Amino acid sequence: MAKTMKHVDAVCVGMGWTGSIMARELTKAGLTVVGLERGANRTPAENFVLPTVRDELKYRLRLDTMLDTSVETITMRHEPGETALPMRRWETFNMGDGLGGSGLHWNGITWRFAPSEFVLRSHLTQRYGKNAIPADVTIQDWGITYDELEPHYDRFEKLCGVSGKAGNLKGQIVEGGNPFEGPRQNEYPNKPLILSQGGAMFMKAAQGLGYHPFQTPASNSSAPYTNPEGLTIGQCQYCGHCEFFGCESNAKASPNVCVLPALMRDSKFELRTDSYVSRLIYDKHARKVTGVVYIDRRTGEEITQTADIVILSAYPFNNTLLLLLAGIGQPYDPHTGKGTVGKNYCYQTIGGVSLFVEEEINPWIGTGTSAASIDDFQADNFDHGGLGFFGGGYICVSGSGGRPIQVRATPPGTPRWGTAWKEANAKWYNHNLSLTSHGCNYAHRNNYLDLDPTYKDAIGRPLVRQTYNYRDNDYKMSAYVTAKAAEIAKAMGAKIVNPPQPRTGNFGATNGQATHHTGGCIMGTDPKTSVVNRYLQNWNASNLFVMGGAVYPQNAGHNPTGTMGALAYWSANAIVNQYLKSPGALVHA
Amino acid sequence: MVTRLKETDAVVIGIGWTGSILALELAKAGLNVVGLERGAARRPDKDFATPEIRDELTYAVRQKLVQDPAVETFTMRHESGETALPIRRFGAFLPGMGLGGAGTIWNGLTWRFLPFDHQLRSRIEARYGKSAIPVDMTIADWQMSYDELEPFYERFEKLCGTSGKAGNLRGTRIDGGNIFEGPRQSDYPNRPLTQSQAGALFERAAKSLGYHPYPTPASTISAAYTNPEGAVMGACEYCGHCDRFGCAVNAKASPNASVLPILLQDRHFTLRADSFVTQIVYDKASRKATAVRYVDMNTGQEFEQPAGLIALCSYTFSNTRLMLLSGIGTPYDPQTMTGAVGKNYCYQVTAPQHLFFADEEINPFMATGAHAMNIDDFNGDNFDHEGLGFFGGALIFAGPTHGRPIMGRALPPGTPRWGRAWKQATAQWYNHSFSIHASGASYAHRGNYLDLDPTYRDRLGRPLLRMTYNFRDNDRKLSAYVAEKASGLAKAMNPTVMGPAQPRRGDFDVAPYQSTHNTGGTIMGADPKTSVVNRYLQSWDADNLFILGASVFPQNPAHPPTGAVGALAYWAAQAITTRYLKSPGKLVSA
Amino acid sequence: MVDQTIPRRNFLKGAGVAGTAVAATLSSGLAACADGQTPSAAAAKPATPPSEPLLTLTPGEAAFLSAVYDTFIPADQFSPSGTDCGLVVYIDRQLAGAWGQGARFYRMGPFLPGKPEQGYQLPLTPREYFANGIAAANAWSRKTYGTPFDQLSPADRDAALKTMDGGKAEFVDFNSKRFLETLYQSAMEGFFADPIYGGNRDKVSWKMVNYPGLPATYATKAAEYRGKKVNLSPQSIADLN
Repeated sequence: MAKTMKHVDAVCVGMGWTGSIMARELTKAGLTVVGLERGANRTPAENFVLPTVRDELKYRLRLDTMLDTSVETITMRHEPGETALPMRRWETFNMGDGLGGSGLHWNGITWRFAPSEFVLRSHLTQRYGKNAIPADVTIQDWGITYDELEPHYDRFEKLCGVSGKAGNLKGQIVEGGNPFEGPRQNEYPNKPLILSQGGAMFMKAAQGLGYHPFQTPASNSSAPYTNPEGLTIGQCQYCGHCEFFGCESNAKASPNVCVLPALMRDSKFELRTDSYVSRLIYDKHARKVTGVVYIDRRTGEEITQTADIVILSAYPFNNTLLLLLAGIGQPYDPHTGKGTVGKNYCYQTIGGVSLFVEEEINPWIGTGTSAASIDDFQADNFDHGGLGFFGGGYICVSGSGGRPIQVRATPPGTPRWGTAWKEANAKWYNHNLSLTSHGCNYAHRNNYLDLDPTYKDAIGRPLVRQTYNYRDNDYKMSAYVTAKAAEIAKAMGAKIVNPPQPRTGNFGATNGQATHHTGGCIMGTDPKTSVVNRYLQNWNASNLFVMGGAVYPQNAGHNPTGTMGALAYWSANAIVNQYLKSPGALVHA
Repeated sequence: MVTRLKETDAVVIGIGWTGSILALELAKAGLNVVGLERGAARRPDKDFATPEIRDELTYAVRQKLVQDPAVETFTMRHESGETALPIRRFGAFLPGMGLGGAGTIWNGLTWRFLPFDHQLRSRIEARYGKSAIPVDMTIADWQMSYDELEPFYERFEKLCGTSGKAGNLRGTRIDGGNIFEGPRQSDYPNRPLTQSQAGALFERAAKSLGYHPYPTPASTISAAYTNPEGAVMGACEYCGHCDRFGCAVNAKASPNASVLPILLQDRHFTLRADSFVTQIVYDKASRKATAVRYVDMNTGQEFEQPAGLIALCSYTFSNTRLMLLSGIGTPYDPQTMTGAVGKNYCYQVTAPQHLFFADEEINPFMATGAHAMNIDDFNGDNFDHEGLGFFGGALIFAGPTHGRPIMGRALPPGTPRWGRAWKQATAQWYNHSFSIHASGASYAHRGNYLDLDPTYRDRLGRPLLRMTYNFRDNDRKLSAYVAEKASGLAKAMNPTVMGPAQPRRGDFDVAPYQSTHNTGGTIMGADPKTSVVNRYLQSWDADNLFILGASVFPQNPAHPPTGAVGALAYWAAQAITTRYLKSPGKLVSA
Repeated sequence: MVDQTIPRRNFLKGAGVAGTAVAATLSSGLAACADGQTPSAAAAKPATPPSEPLLTLTPGEAAFLSAVYDTFIPADQFSPSGTDCGLVVYIDRQLAGAWGQGARFYRMGPFLPGKPEQGYQLPLTPREYFANGIAAANAWSRKTYGTPFDQLSPADRDAALKTMDGGKAEFVDFNSKRFLETLYQSAMEGFFADPIYGGNRDKVSWKMVNYPGLPATYATKAAEYRGKKVNLSPQSIADLN
């Protein structure tokens, strides 16, 4: 039945950030590459134009750029043993869909993880003792160090034209930057964005408290810029429509703006959109993935694409799903702790506090990247002795847009409707801010992904089942960091500060948090406890490389995209300079 | 998780024509009846009001009152061994959904089958010889003669207030009626509808050729009428919005207009709408159906309703599917020809031809769904089949059922599909065209059947029903023959332009609308090995389970099926109330 | 069956003219039709928004939603009433469209109750959810107050919605608190969304909070405007098309 396409050197499953970068690097090395994207072919010039791109209802509420849950979703439960139910509509996070994937609708926040995050278990064991990490907290080292990854972070920042200010240049702490960051070889490619009123107030207050505020690194470019691929990025218009939206001025970095135009000009590359990969073809005996099977959504045809190298560059849930369906590696079992596929699924632990001020905030002037942040309570930047938790998060001030359906805080005690409610909206719309504690989420034995036994997607495959809840470490961490945020809020001279809202209660499919999912195909040094090695090469199929947040052993307090881009370059480098010369396992366990 | 409810005397699954008739008869007999309807509790006064009900886009094109394929659909293939694929949007046929079922959105065509249709196999064998019927043609006699069913046909016509003209009153042939019909004890309850211009042209031509034209027996009734149950119906407004629509004036008979106003006031009856039945709980040892499981589609909750008597009154496909899902009876196997559930699925073999009359004002917008003139001269065995190579025939008729502008705009052959010339032709011919149709019988074939699909599922996760169906040799020859006769008749009407005759050729196609006349799957018969129900529509495998509707037809005659569906409902209801309730058990010993 | 006799155009016009006092919509609308309301009386009222035929809502549903939206968003110095801002038209179009019909939602069974954190689990599309919710709310209103919701006094409407908001309204087989949230969300969407969707007529809510809308290109103004009160006349997608 299935049609078979001409064999190629490499196939990428998913054409978001990692798929685009990998395809670009491999074609540059002379390989023929096919990129398969399940969604539509979207170009900013065609699909995201003024005035219609400023439609809050269409993009933010009706989720126009997101994956259609009637085609594919996940099921969710809190603990093993419970019945998972499908997420029938996206209510807490969204998966991107279409060319560019989530890289199209992100906010542009582009961090590097702290050096200690990469060696988390060894670092914490060394500092706090052998028994300090609870048995259920299944965090582990990445198998790679910050210094190894640094040049690749640099490449991704240059690709995106990130706007920011270095805080640690080759070991020298630089005033106004983030002093906690790992040493960087180069300054950011663009100067920081124009600071917002809220940002200025935040920085002043944080400084007053002895903290080290800095402008958040942003892939919403502060100036026109040409990246190393020769592609031009526009200047940010501070329109306040980043997250969930495409960028009409090409100022927000995305695969569609920063990579794909160059890639599409390369005759060695072929893009196939509306091509929905249903499974991998795994030759267990040869320990190779010989190709992928996909459905051409325009014809309904099932098509086989064979390739020497298979790049799994879809979203963490899909990467994990495809491995589970193909029987590559052993599924993780929370009872025995054995198996790896689906293990260490992590999310993000977010708290916040809102405040009401006299100053004119003009929230409608903004970018997706929060204006300013502090890293004083991030990672292990502070002493965790006696705190009862590890990790932390950054604290930042809001500023991603004053879109009026959703962004309208009112002080406590305001009625929910009627004239008094309208009066409060009129009064406070331009005078409120919120601070966010954007916290890490460390792996827990009972948080994992597997296949749902009941619910299926539109093409008949089991849905991914997410077993997940916040755990003790998360609650304590969020309470601590959010309390620090509340202190800053008070120091900002607010007229009213709402009670702080650290993360409490169960994880909910309904209460809007973050689209930062990691794990399921985690990297490590041992095939018994990880799915891919330090080069993101699968332990069970040497020609299969897994990209994205799926490989993070746990999720840090910073947003994940910067590290995702860096890892894609790191892995591409290993393939081009090592694997192609001698195909086979790059690490011998 | 399943909530078990208090036992009731009877449960009726599906509240369309058969379910509402049976429920009313059982309630009258004093039984407490629960009616389960998977769709919404629609009411004509709220849901079919003007002006909104005249919205062609919503009702006819977007099929608002039709079953939602996102909830449940069917898969289709032409032959065993092929892979069936789901019908992702309905086209060829439109199953109803919601209170009233397909009885809400029908055209009101209310025929009695010919006496010949009731005794198909024996009459053919008697006239053409024992070996005349091909082995693959698995046709069978009905289990009651026309004469036995006659009083029940009459009850249904009186319920609907059917408008028509008798052609055979107690054996006397009457000109202007259908002289081929079986003898009837009384005339139709209402006089025929006002004839259309198309009907007049057809009548004149048919007479000139020596045929016997008669008006459609129409349950879109010609005058205000109160039926024997006390339901009041209005006179038809000739609005041209019958099929796919509810009726704004209660002139089109429907469960909603003709039965439910009475039934819903009966304290013995409880309606549960939005209740999607998933399974009949079957106790094989005691040969009883003990309860019905259903999901409340508003809350998602699952319930089990125990009952002494269970009646399966849903659509042809759903009746068959529930039997298969519940494991009652043996599924039909086309290889061995054993098993009965799913056997003898039949459809309708239709052949339209468009006609254009430059000088006749047709006014197609002024019509009812049952507004044609007809001939039965080429139906059943009303003509000699010797040497023709097929059996059965067709109802030939003409007359617009509507002039709704999105869907009802035929154009002469050769007209471009868009542009100035297309617009000009549309303006020129809209009021000057209609079609002649040959609606042919569909006789059972060994390879046409229903079973459960191995791959595709409905919204509740249950397997979809799979139809294995194609037109067969008999169908294609029949269609070619009757289409030619229709064409001859068309020519005699002297049209300015004639579109091509379109006899049924090629393979069954789920996309273009043909007819919603699906039959079989739980057929009646004399032998439990080759049928699912006995002559009283009682399941051979569960004495307290009765199956109503066209799913019990052994094959599909040429006339539309609803008249017989209603008659059989009364027939079964009488057997239940007068015989079964007195002595529950088998009504026929095999 | 009074509602059958009133053409919908007139009904909505009536609701518009009546402004906040939609409690009296049906009767006053009928009276207005019967009286042939004098042109001068009509002219004395503020401009009536253009009436719109409804695509999917029944007259009863429209009356219910009009009463809810006018309670959430009363006519006052900040804006006209919710109905006059186009909220009924907004939700009617939404429910008639792909979103209302359940497109892009996972709708396969089994349907199990689940925990609140597992999100929406009913088999109903948004259109069906509104129909069921309105029916349940009106049944509860009749039981509690003796009339359907739209015929309550403004004070009783507010109290009834607060009872629902507090989770204290006992609807039969329907979660009243969740329904209130859905109504509320629809009001916020209709009130604050771009006017292209039929609500937020004349950009009233944007003017109310001084949200400038489009085109939102501030690269050269971000520094200048920082911390300053600026009065920009809001523009919508329709204005720039």
